[in-house]
Amino acid sequence: MKHLTEMTLGQLYSEFDQMEDWEERCDFLIDLGFELPEMSSKDKIDANVVHGCQSHVWLVARVEPGPAGPVVRFEANSDALIVSGLIAVLWLMYNGKPAREILDLDPREVFKKLELDKHLSSSRRNGLGGMVQRIRQFAVESLATA
Amino acid sequence: MFPIDTIRAQFPILSRPLPKGVRLAFLDTAASAQKPQCVIDKEREVYETCYANAYRGVYRFGAIVDEQMEATRSRIAQFIGADSSEEIIFTSGATMSLNLVAMTWARAFVNSGDEILLSEMEHHANLVPWQLVAKERGAVLKFIPLTADGQLDMAQLDGCLTSRCKLVAVTGMSNMLGTINPVAELAQRAHAVGAILVVDGAQSVPHLPVNVQAEGIDFLAFSGHKIYGPSGVGVLYGRRELLEAMPPFLGGGHMIDRVFKTHSTWSAPPAKFEAGTPAIAQVIALGAALEWIESVGLVAAHTYEQGLTQRAWDALMAIPGMVIHGPPPARRGGILSFTVKGAHPEDLAQLLDRKGVFVRHGHHCTMPLHDKLGLSATVRASFGVYSNDEDIHQLVEAIEFARGKLRLV
Repeated sequence: MKHLTEMTLGQLYSEFDQMEDWEERCDFLIDLGFELPEMSSKDKIDANVVHGCQSHVWLVARVEPGPAGPVVRFEANSDALIVSGLIAVLWLMYNGKPAREILDLDPREVFKKLELDKHLSSSRRNGLGGMVQRIRQFAVESLATA
Repeated sequence: MFPIDTIRAQFPILSRPLPKGVRLAFLDTAASAQKPQCVIDKEREVYETCYANAYRGVYRFGAIVDEQMEATRSRIAQFIGADSSEEIIFTSGATMSLNLVAMTWARAFVNSGDEILLSEMEHHANLVPWQLVAKERGAVLKFIPLTADGQLDMAQLDGCLTSRCKLVAVTGMSNMLGTINPVAELAQRAHAVGAILVVDGAQSVPHLPVNVQAEGIDFLAFSGHKIYGPSGVGVLYGRRELLEAMPPFLGGGHMIDRVFKTHSTWSAPPAKFEAGTPAIAQVIALGAALEWIESVGLVAAHTYEQGLTQRAWDALMAIPGMVIHGPPPARRGGILSFTVKGAHPEDLAQLLDRKGVFVRHGHHCTMPLHDKLGLSATVRASFGVYSNDEDIHQLVEAIEFARGKLRLV
C-alpha cells in the first residue's frame, strides 16, 4: 500500500473500490491509522480535545504559507486505531488545502463514497462530525482574519 | 447437568448465523438479554387475540388484559418475595423506578442536611437521580468506598453511615465489576440508623434469587428487558407503608381517585404511581418471561453462570496484557469488564464484532467508577442463562484476532 503521506483522496477512493467488503476497508483504515504522524505530547491537552468522541481525540490546526497562497495544516491523534484511520481520511481531505477548498468540499459526499455513512456507529459518526466541524470552523476563521 | 442446549434452542436469535456464516456469540446480556420464543409469542399473542387498553374497559378484551396484567403483578410479587402484589408498580424500566423513588419518597422525606448514602460503583441511574434530589433538598451525598478489588469496603461503613442518613441506595450487582453486594447486611445497617434501603436490582434480579422481605429491602428496582422479557417495562417494589406515605409521581389517568377542577385525590398503590396507559403487551409478556426463568430455576441458572464466569476468567487471564477489573469470580456475577494492554476498548469491541462476538465497550454508565479506577473505558463481556463455553472460546479467539490486527502480537 502507498504511504499516507504520498496518497491523495482520489487514490483512497480507488483503493476502497478495489476492496471486496467493509472488513477489508476497516483493516485498511487501521493500517492508515498506524501511518498517522504522531502529535507532540504538549498538544495533547484538554483545550485541543474534540468532544463527541468516545475515544480521546486531539486536534490542532494552523495556517501556513503554501506555493499558491495560505493553506490549512492540521494534526490530530486518537488513542483508538480505527479512529486514527478516520483521522487519516480527514487528513487526505483537508490537510494542506486552502481554506476555500476545505469549505467547498462536502464531507457527506466523501463519507458516502467511502461508505463510512453506512458502516460507522452513530457515536463514531458524531465524533467524525465533530472533527470535521472543528477543521471547517478553523477554515472559516482563517478566511475572516486573512 | 444444566440443559444448556435445550435452553439455547428456545432463543431463536442465537441460532441465526451472521453474514458469511459467522456464529453469534452474544456477550452483552448485562445491557439487554435476548428473549425466549415463549416471550416473543406472548407479546404477539396479546396483539393478535385480546389487545385493549388496561383498567378501562368492561368489554371482554379489557377484562382479559386486566386479568393478565394482574397475573404478572402477582407473579412478580411472588418472584421477589413481596408481601402483596399491591407493592409492585409497573414502570418503564429500572431507571424510571429509581427516579420514581427519588422524585417522590426522597423529595418528601429527605431534608436539608440529611444524608443519602450510595456506593462508588453505582450506575448513573442510581446516582444522577440522587444528585438531583440532593441538590433540590439540600441533602449531602456520601459514598461507601470500594476495596482494591472492587467490593464494598464494609469495614468503612460505620464512618459513612450516620444518624443523618435517610436513604441508602446500592446496586445488588455492579454492572461494570460484576460485584455482588451484601444487600441483607446493608439493610440491617441502614435500618439501625433509621434509613431505608433502595436496591438497584437491574443486574441482580435476573441472575440471583432475591427476597425483599427476608433481606429487608425497602425499594427494589429492576427492568423487564434484562430478565428475558420485553423492553419498555420495568418494576418498582416498595414496602406498603412507604408507598402509602409518599406522594404520587406522574399525574394523569388511572392514578386518581377523584378529580376536581383545582385538586385531586389519589388512588391507592400501585395505581397511584401508574398514570397513563402502561406497556400492556410488554407487562403481560414479562409474566411469561418470569414463568420461563422460574421453569429453568434461578438457582440452577446462577450456579451455571458462576461456573461459566470462572472458566471465562481462566481463559481470558491467559491472554497477554489482559486485566479483568473487579473481584474474583466467586464474588461476582456473570460480568467481566477488561482491558488489554495496548488495545483501545473501542478498537477491541469493533474487531470482536467482526468475529461475531458482541460486547459492550465504553464507561458502561459508570463514569465515576471508571475515574476511580483510572480508566476511560473498558470492554465488557456479560453472560446470561443461554451463554455457553463456545461463546467463551469465540471471545478468546476474537481477542487474539484483534491483538493481531492492532499489531500487539
